[in-house]
Amino acid sequence: MQLIFETSRPGRRGVRLDPLDVPEATLPAEFCREDAPNLPEVGELDVVRHFTRLSARNFGVDSHFYPLGSCTMKYNPKLADAISALPGLAGLHPHLSSSPVYHGCIQGALEIVYETEHLLAEIAGMREVSLQPIAGAHGELTGALLIAAYHRAKGNKKDTIIIPDSAHGTNPASATIAGFKVVQAPSGADGTIRLDAFKNVMNDSVAGVMLTCPNTHGLFEPDVHKIADLAHEADALLYYDGANLNAIIGQSRPGDLGFDVMHFNLHKTFATPHGMGGPGSGPVGVGERLAPFLPGPRVTRTEVGFGLEMPPQSIGKIAAFFGNFLVAARAYAYLLCQGDEGLKNVARYAVLNANYILARLKDAYDPAYDTTCMHECVFTATRQAKAGVRAIDIAKALLDRGFHAPTIYFPLTVKESIMIEPTETESKQTLDAFCDAMRAIAQAAQDDPESLHAAPQTTPVGRLDEVRAARELDCGCL
Amino acid sequence: MLHTNPPHLKYTKEHEWVRDDGGGVFAVGITEFAAEQLGDITFVELPPVDAQVSQGAEVATVESVKAANDIYAPIGGVITAVNGELEEHPEIVNQSPYENGWFFKLEEVDAAELDELMDATHYEAFLKDQ
Repeated sequence: MQLIFETSRPGRRGVRLDPLDVPEATLPAEFCREDAPNLPEVGELDVVRHFTRLSARNFGVDSHFYPLGSCTMKYNPKLADAISALPGLAGLHPHLSSSPVYHGCIQGALEIVYETEHLLAEIAGMREVSLQPIAGAHGELTGALLIAAYHRAKGNKKDTIIIPDSAHGTNPASATIAGFKVVQAPSGADGTIRLDAFKNVMNDSVAGVMLTCPNTHGLFEPDVHKIADLAHEADALLYYDGANLNAIIGQSRPGDLGFDVMHFNLHKTFATPHGMGGPGSGPVGVGERLAPFLPGPRVTRTEVGFGLEMPPQSIGKIAAFFGNFLVAARAYAYLLCQGDEGLKNVARYAVLNANYILARLKDAYDPAYDTTCMHECVFTATRQAKAGVRAIDIAKALLDRGFHAPTIYFPLTVKESIMIEPTETESKQTLDAFCDAMRAIAQAAQDDPESLHAAPQTTPVGRLDEVRAARELDCGCL
Repeated sequence: MLHTNPPHLKYTKEHEWVRDDGGGVFAVGITEFAAEQLGDITFVELPPVDAQVSQGAEVATVESVKAANDIYAPIGGVITAVNGELEEHPEIVNQSPYENGWFFKLEEVDAAELDELMDATHYEAFLKDQ
């Protein structure tokens, strides 16, 4: 396919401007460029064809199965798009929230914020929720700042956060940016936290513990109650990374498991497409102890309607206005559409689908753990690697068969790992087609390993030289 | 997979090696197994010369296409030299983990800490369980 610059012909135009009918203004010379910018000279049809062709090369969940583990790349209903595009929502000026004078104009928007916060709080067993954080890691940072505010208010001198090696990779960064030292707790051979090792690192200097549950091995932490008790005995708070909430929604609630603070990924679990830089939304939920410190202003409900209030102990604003309001609107629509039974089915089918894949592939690939999984299953390609076919070759071979690659080489604790998250939105037919492709690749790894080294061959570009790209980073185009 | 781990080196469970260069100087690098597990190494970050490090401290970083990993000081001491060549040519670590791919050199080390490390036979037995 040609670059749009290669289709350029001197003088060709898509739009011709009307002749100037006002006096020409002269800009100061220092603001004028010496040469015309290098723009492609193309007609309207050239532009339409170029971008239509480009869009046809898009590989996304609207066109293909996308089983990228740990990321919940699920299909999001188009209804959510329609709701967030309503002119009354999309066209709202954010500064209408700045003065009570205008609050009468935004009662509906404030109600969406209020109701979404309350529904999320109920789902997670939290006392209150703030929609302000605009991404998952931003929610983590907010949670870590809330933990710090709690200890500061109590006069506690604590500087450490414990994070297991099976946690999401952003957790240590978030805790560090909030000013904490990070100590790692190792997981055992079964893929869950070793309680004895956890006890070794748990002490009075620990301000909080950040868990991902189910963890990045796709496993539920069986000792979560004991970990909560040990943390609370030392007045440390327990953080729930909600990235994998899809696996437990409507079945168990972080608040009931002993968690004090958490974030949700509205862009994973609640109907916003995920990836490629947003917009996302990472609301934080808190229990009683942290509620006074939540970011403000908070939407309040009184007899005369919805208003805004800055709680006295709030850590303040952590994002402009109400975070990504239209993402919250999508989540609200999704929650109301799904209802109680629909949300319970999300977790049921997410877990069922992952276990179906695990069952259909476990004789072809070695499972990383000898157990059932939650919403994602992890294999190790060590058996294939002995024949010279590594996880990356299997991932590339899947592209030739019309599937997005699963996550590979993560979690780091598993060698040659392949991490598959099918999500609840895929049919049995799609899962079967994917498993058939994976089994065919396993067979090819035995019969003709070399064929897999050449993959992918059907994509617009073949195997990229990732090593050279990393070693010879060229940012000249930025 | 068979690895040739030189018999005159000492090894850690984190897959670093230590070589006695004589005169109180000890070279440190990562093992062939570690280099292989990481895959093609794309970036190496080295510690400052003259830094005082204690045993087990994070002193360097090594990145591959797959992951970034910390390199720990197998023994405490003072860093007296670093292999600057690795910054331009990190692939040397994959090509020659035990010779040209050394990371840094330590002096003023504690001999007792050196004794805690594994010899090549123990390291190979340890690898079998990995």
